[in-house]
This record gives sequence, C-alpha cells and structure tokens, in this order.
Amino acid sequence: MNIVVCVKQVPDTTEIKIDPVKNTLIREGVPSIVNPFDKNAIEQALQLKELYGGTVTAISMGPNQAKSSLRIALSMGADKAYLVTDRAFGGSDTYATSYILSKVIEKLGPFDVILGGIQAIDGDTGQTCTSIAEHMGVNRLSYVLDMKMDGDKVVVRRMVEEGVEIVESKLPILVTLTKVSNKPRYATIRGKIDSLKAEIEEIHLTDLPDMDTTKIGLKGSPTRVKATFTPKRQACGEIIELINPKDTAKALVGKLLEAKIL
Amino acid sequence: MSLMYSNEQKELIALVKEMAENEIKPFVQECDEKGECPRELFKPAFDMGLHMLEIPAEYGGTGLSYETTAMIFEELAKVDAGYAITLVTTFVALRNVILSGTPEQGKYFADVIGKGNFAGFALTEPNAGSDPAAMRGTAVKDGDDYIINASKTFITNGAIASLFVVFAKTKPEAGAKGISAFIVDADAPGIIVGNHENKMGLRLSNTTDLTLENVRVPASSMVGPEGSGFKLALNALNLSRAFVATLAVGIMQRALDEAVKYAKERKQFGEPLIKFQMVQQMLADMAIKTEASRVLVNNTMRLMDNGSLVRKEGSITKAFVSDCAQEVTSNAVQIFGGYGYSKEYPVEKLMRDCKVFQIFEGANQIQRMTIAGVLEKEYK
Repeated sequence: MNIVVCVKQVPDTTEIKIDPVKNTLIREGVPSIVNPFDKNAIEQALQLKELYGGTVTAISMGPNQAKSSLRIALSMGADKAYLVTDRAFGGSDTYATSYILSKVIEKLGPFDVILGGIQAIDGDTGQTCTSIAEHMGVNRLSYVLDMKMDGDKVVVRRMVEEGVEIVESKLPILVTLTKVSNKPRYATIRGKIDSLKAEIEEIHLTDLPDMDTTKIGLKGSPTRVKATFTPKRQACGEIIELINPKDTAKALVGKLLEAKIL
Repeated sequence: MSLMYSNEQKELIALVKEMAENEIKPFVQECDEKGECPRELFKPAFDMGLHMLEIPAEYGGTGLSYETTAMIFEELAKVDAGYAITLVTTFVALRNVILSGTPEQGKYFADVIGKGNFAGFALTEPNAGSDPAAMRGTAVKDGDDYIINASKTFITNGAIASLFVVFAKTKPEAGAKGISAFIVDADAPGIIVGNHENKMGLRLSNTTDLTLENVRVPASSMVGPEGSGFKLALNALNLSRAFVATLAVGIMQRALDEAVKYAKERKQFGEPLIKFQMVQQMLADMAIKTEASRVLVNNTMRLMDNGSLVRKEGSITKAFVSDCAQEVTSNAVQIFGGYGYSKEYPVEKLMRDCKVFQIFEGANQIQRMTIAGVLEKEYK
C-alpha cells in the first residue's frame, strides 16, 4: 500500500498572541510545530504500513523551514519526504494550495491512500486536504477514526454528530483525521537521529510541467481576506430559576416552544 | 544551560522531555505513594529505545555516546529518577555482559533486553554491601553446570528483570578473586523474588531480595573467566556511578526549577521570596552546585567515551554530585517552607529520592577511600 501524508508546519498556537490593533496573529518568535491533526494522519499512515506494507511519503508545502516538520514525519517512521517550495507558490490560498498538492501527489504517485489532518490549527479552514480529492477526482472521507482493508475495499469508521458511521470505499481514497482518531507515536531515538541527517528533496514549479499556472500563487487564489478578527465573547442565554424540578421543566419547555425550537 | 549541546543533542533532549512530561509525569505521584513500578509505564521508553541508547548498533542499540546518553537520562530523572534508574540498571547490566562476555552472551542478553525487558545486577548481600568480597553466595561446578546458592538483597529490578548478572564465589577461599559472574534467567527454577523494599525514595524503582536456591546454570553462562567477577563488578560500578550522578543532576535541576518558580510566585511581607537576599543566596548556591555537577558529569562521560575507566573521576563525580544534590533538594524544601514538607508539592520527594545517591553504587565514604587510594598511588 502506497500512502502519502500531507503535513503542515504551523505556529504553536498555545504560545500565540493576537496583535490587539491589527487583530492578526503575532507569528514572530513563536515556535513552529507540526499541525497536531497531521500527526494523527502520520500515525494512521504508519499503522496502515505496518498492516499492509508499502511506503509512507510525507509532503509539505512551504518555505525551507517547513523541512523541520517533514523531519518529524521521518522521525516517526515515514520513508520519504518532499518539500514543495517555489516563489510562484507563495500566497496560495486553500484552492491554489490543494491544486498544487494534487499535482505533486500525481507526480509522486500513484498512491492508494492520501492522508491529512482534518484542518490546520492556524487557519482552521479544513479545506485544503479535502479539496485535493476534488482536484484529483478521488473519494474523500473526513473526520475518520480508523480504517482497514477488506479485500480490495477500505472500511472506514468516521465520526458524525449522531455517532459513528462505517463507510466502504474503493481505493484510492483521501482521508482526513482528527485528534481523537489515534495517539501519535513518539519518534524513536534512532529515527530522530536519522531524520536530522535525512536529505529532503525539494519539488519546484519546474518539476510539475502540466501545472496550470493561472491557478497558483496569490494571483491564482480566489480567496480574498476581508478581515481577520477575534470573535467577541458573548454571554447569552437565560438561566431559569429553580422552583421545583417539575415547574422548572415546564418553564424550560415553554421557553423552547416560544423560541420555536420544539 | 551549562553545556555545549549539539543540535542533535538538543533535539533528542526535547523529544525525551516531551515523552516524559506527557507519559510519565502524570503517574509519578501515585507510583511514589504506592511504591509501584507499573510495567506499562515503560512502554514508551522501550518503544523509543531508551533502554539501549549507548549499546552498540550491532547489538540492536542506538550506539549513542555516553555523553549524549547522560544528557537524555538527566531529562528523565527530572521527571522521576526511579524511572530513570530502572533503565540505567538495565543497560549497565547489558553493557557489562557485552564488555566482559563472549559475543554470543552479549547477543543473547541484548536480544532479550532489546525486546523491551529489564535486567538486574545481583551483587549485594545482607553482609556484603560496601565489601562485596565478603559475599557468601556460591557457585559449585557440577558436570557442565554450576549450581548457585546465594541470598542477595537490594536488587534493583528484582521483581521485573528478565535476566540477572549474578555474582557468586566459585572459590570461596580465594576472597575477591574467587568471585565469578553468571547470566541467570529470571524464570530459572530456584529463583525466589522477595518483597519489594519499602524505601524512603526512588519508590517507583523496584528493589527486592533475590534468593537463589540450587539454581542450575550451564557453565557457558559464566561471564568472563572464572574469578573475574569482582573486576567485572568494579567496571560495572564505574559505569553506573557516572550514570547515577547524571540522575542526581536531573533531581537537582528539577529542585532548582521548582524553587525558583515558587520563589517568584510566593509573596511574604509584600514581596516575592526571590527579592529577599537570603533566598537569593540559597537559590544562587543551588544553581552553582547544579551547574558544577552537570559539568563534572559531562567531563566524566567524555572521559568514558574516550575509553578511560574513570576509577578516580567516577568516584569524585558520584560523591560530589550526590552530596550537592542532598543540599540542593533540602534547600528547595526550605524555600517552599511548610508547603515543601507537604506531599502536595513536588520537592519533598526530590529530597527523599536523592538521599540514596550518597549510599548506593558505593557509599560516598567508600568513594573517598577509592579516591584516596588512587591519590596514594599517583603520588608515588
């Protein structure tokens, strides 16, 4: 089974501060980490490899410093890592990024399984990975808990609001994972040392000849950011005073009927 | 940070710190209270290879230097020194079998440990502590086998080890030169594991009596030539002394971290404690002792990496560092005041944990005898 994992380097939001004037993230001096959900995707990739063999390839798009995220994927057990980097890719939104990554995956593939985190903790759009599937025309399942093969089909358990949904799909498939999917493993000491010495190949625009360059970079990005802001905390709701359980329940139902919720 | 860490060392320290904080720290208080050593707590350490860091790659280890291994173990000891010593004891036993045994013995031992198992060192007896040559345990030749009878005590990993290096006299009349070492499987018939010692500190670390009653081992399990057991034990102690000193540095650093943090938060007379000169002096002295200890340990590790037996340096390091640790942790409790004496706060445990560092691997009085002995020879 050939598996590719999309990995994003993000600022460690537990240490991030918001610029009170511009309402944007202060990124200076904030340490970078691997997007936590992507670690769940790496873990899923490694579990699939342990079960079905094959290789795990990690890819990331970003500047040279994003290589450190790929090294973490390698240290955990990924076999190969590629950094997708080019000035022409700068400023890409989720549409352009997913288009570029789909071309990279097609170039490095074919792959049976494409994995990624449900979203990145910096932008929180949750669009990039799923859009890759659209560009490539492959099946896609999000909020996945785990997956296993059954003959030539893959059986996927995914979280839905009401519970857990079990879905079968043919391969190839793109799957996004969440924090509850699994517990990402720690790198071994050997893996860590090897990852620090590993050569990480770069993929540039010139390596992707069939790319439609009108769809990439800032110019190829349809998204326009109107404003970024921290939502105001709003205290809302009404606390119904406890009279006795029966009357309180009645009062609550009355309110819900009034609001046309019931 | 007092040492010149390479990028690789920094990355490894950060990785182990992350693991220890997330996977071990939440359970430390409970393990300390119950005096338990839950095996599953060691799974992440085994998975990462922390029990085989300095073991050469041909034996399945990571092949790190002693220096880097020590840096990693300091990090583990900051979270729990008992956890760290469980692993140190394991790899010191393995390392000594590799050093003194045949390649087959080394491979056998390494294969068992590599799979995620512990090892122990059965040297001490109730009446043979600082004076191991006084041991009464015997190994008597019987055809192609030896039959071992011995009563061992304070055996680290006694109830959890899969393999032991057991010391017993093959020539009881020959004193120290009559001691031989054997590899003994923990499930060999005749091995009786005693109760877990109810210790003052390092309570996560498993310590038991170990009785060997007519334990039959093949002659091929003897490590090194007959009568070389005492030398092997001394070599093992040279190595473990340096490593326990590393753990003491970890305990000290933790005590300093906790004390400074507390001294900045705790206010009396309207000021944080750290603004008072008497507290400042205590904290500064704690930092001095911690830094000096770390540098001393680092130098000893580098000497060992260069093949030195560190007979004198190991003793100097162990005695100095463990004496410093006693003072530093005691002062951490002092700075915490009444809260420091409470088990609700982490520093009393550090003080309990580090006391044994003045005692085990040769009491500090014995270390000073060794140092003086070497000095006497050096100035001939």
